[in-house]
Amino acid sequence: MNPQALMDGLVTGSMIGLGAIGVTLTYSILRFANFAHGEFLAWGAYIALAASGALGWLAPSLLAPIGPFSFGWSLPIAAIAAIALTGGLALLVDAMLFGRLRAQRSTVIILVMASFGAALTLRSLLEFIFTAKPAYYTKALQIALPLGGGLRATPDQLLSLGLAAILVVAIHLLLTRTAIGRSMRAVSENRQLAGVVGVDVRKVIRTVWLLGAGLAAVAGIMAGLLVQVRPYMGLDLLLPLFAAAILGGIGSVPGAMLAGLIVGLAEAFAVQFVGAEWRAAIAFVILVAVLLFRPQGIFGRPE
Amino acid sequence: MSIELVAYGAFFLTMALTYAIMCLGLNVQWGQTGLFNVGIAGFVAIGAYVSALLTTPDAAGRFGGFGLPIVAGWLGAALAAGLVAFLIGALTIRLRADYLAIATFGVAVAVQLCALNLELVTGGPFGIGFVPRPFASLAGDPLAFSLANLGVLVLVVLALYLALERLLRSPWGRVLRAIREDETAALALGKSATRFRLQAFAIGGAIMGLAGAAQAHFIGFIAPDNYMPMLTFQVWAMLIVGGSGNNRGAILGAILVWGIWAGSAGAIASLFPPGEQARAASLQIVMIGVGLCAILLLRPRGILGEVKTVSRHIGRLARSAGKPVSEP
Repeated sequence: MNPQALMDGLVTGSMIGLGAIGVTLTYSILRFANFAHGEFLAWGAYIALAASGALGWLAPSLLAPIGPFSFGWSLPIAAIAAIALTGGLALLVDAMLFGRLRAQRSTVIILVMASFGAALTLRSLLEFIFTAKPAYYTKALQIALPLGGGLRATPDQLLSLGLAAILVVAIHLLLTRTAIGRSMRAVSENRQLAGVVGVDVRKVIRTVWLLGAGLAAVAGIMAGLLVQVRPYMGLDLLLPLFAAAILGGIGSVPGAMLAGLIVGLAEAFAVQFVGAEWRAAIAFVILVAVLLFRPQGIFGRPE
Repeated sequence: MSIELVAYGAFFLTMALTYAIMCLGLNVQWGQTGLFNVGIAGFVAIGAYVSALLTTPDAAGRFGGFGLPIVAGWLGAALAAGLVAFLIGALTIRLRADYLAIATFGVAVAVQLCALNLELVTGGPFGIGFVPRPFASLAGDPLAFSLANLGVLVLVVLALYLALERLLRSPWGRVLRAIREDETAALALGKSATRFRLQAFAIGGAIMGLAGAAQAHFIGFIAPDNYMPMLTFQVWAMLIVGGSGNNRGAILGAILVWGIWAGSAGAIASLFPPGEQARAASLQIVMIGVGLCAILLLRPRGILGEVKTVSRHIGRLARSAGKPVSEP
């Protein structure tokens, strides 16, 4: 077996994990499976693409690669803009759609269906603006560095892994050590009761969208940097995201990250046996297995 | 009126009616039972491929080609799609409501992958051609051919409609709605919610499989591209526009939304240069997406909302007791 699958799996897995954290937070606090979450990844990637291109046009010196990486300062600056704007997009969708449905006391499944409609709208808008042609942040080629043990990784991949690890620890600390984190957990336990004891539920909902969409933007930019930027990247990642969120246990941030890594590694290793064209089926197999044997996930509580 | 126009009208209506069958299937799952299926395209594809395999003549280099009559293909399609729906339902229906949605989404992805990659069975990306068409002997006369096909689909939709209406008013249909409205109360009356939901989900899946088979035989050619998530979305839009829970609404919505879809596709083809058409087509999807969300927000009942159905005995009981039937 090729040990390189380990590195590929970890890199893909950390992207899936970051996306799955958003899914699991929306699911546990707003209580519905958000089919539009994949589109936040794609929008984050495209906003960064547009911003980075604009920056490079204004100040070509920003395009010069930083150190060993393939991209210049334009991408990190664009990434910050993309995180903020994707968060804004999520708030906008909530204000126009989900918030109104919540106010009408719609059932969960109406919210799920609305998210399905929002996903198609957002994806097709991307296709309309940027066309279906794949795009890239840089054209620079990178040489993979040997890490020992037959493993190789490009500097971009190592940076992505490190960034994902830092973000997961930060989100975990935010949820467990800060006031807003405690409020979020309280709302996820019982929204009415939390509201009664003075938790600002609307602020919690805003935070959930900003966090989820911001992380999705980071994951999307990573996917764009390491693979390519396409309008359908969100749709293709949606099933792995759901599989990871359910495998990790709904509501658990460390669970989502761990499960994301498991899904990524399973894809990378399985592809060696069944061929890359079956990659998308791996997440489905994992999903079915979890629903069969442990529907509450690794860290979840039984209903 | 020219013959071409009538032939086109018949073609349009026949396509719309194949969507109407999918809508009727979805109405059993969602409208009557409240089960959310995001994998309609998957179940339709299963039906189309199974029927094509059963009825096409033997082809070199491909499994299948049993050359069975078309009716056998349609029955096999309904059985296969119903079985897959039963299995996926058995896995998820006892869990949270949106797990079923996620699992059906997975089914659509998996079916799409199989259609693309199992080249020995499905013909891969090029699909299966020469799916036998009903009344192929009439193909020389476009008018008679389209009208005969339309006739068959009208009969199928009518038969399904009558059967489903009867089912809806039967004790079985009442239990389904009781479970949808108040599961605890239905459980207290000794009805197994899981079992009834599973039956409804399998029946709905079988109807979608039948629709896929009907469509495949009408077009005469199937490929994985026909069964993208877009299809799922269209069928949902049709049911929501027409009115979920209402079988007539399902049929009306299918014809209406398919009309808007075909009309806007025609407008795009004539208004935009060929290079820009793929791009303009994505605007078409945006339009339908915004429309679906707007209907969910503004008129969740659709055009024809659900008709209140109660047992026909209630009216008789009330009359015999000398009291007027109270209308809500």
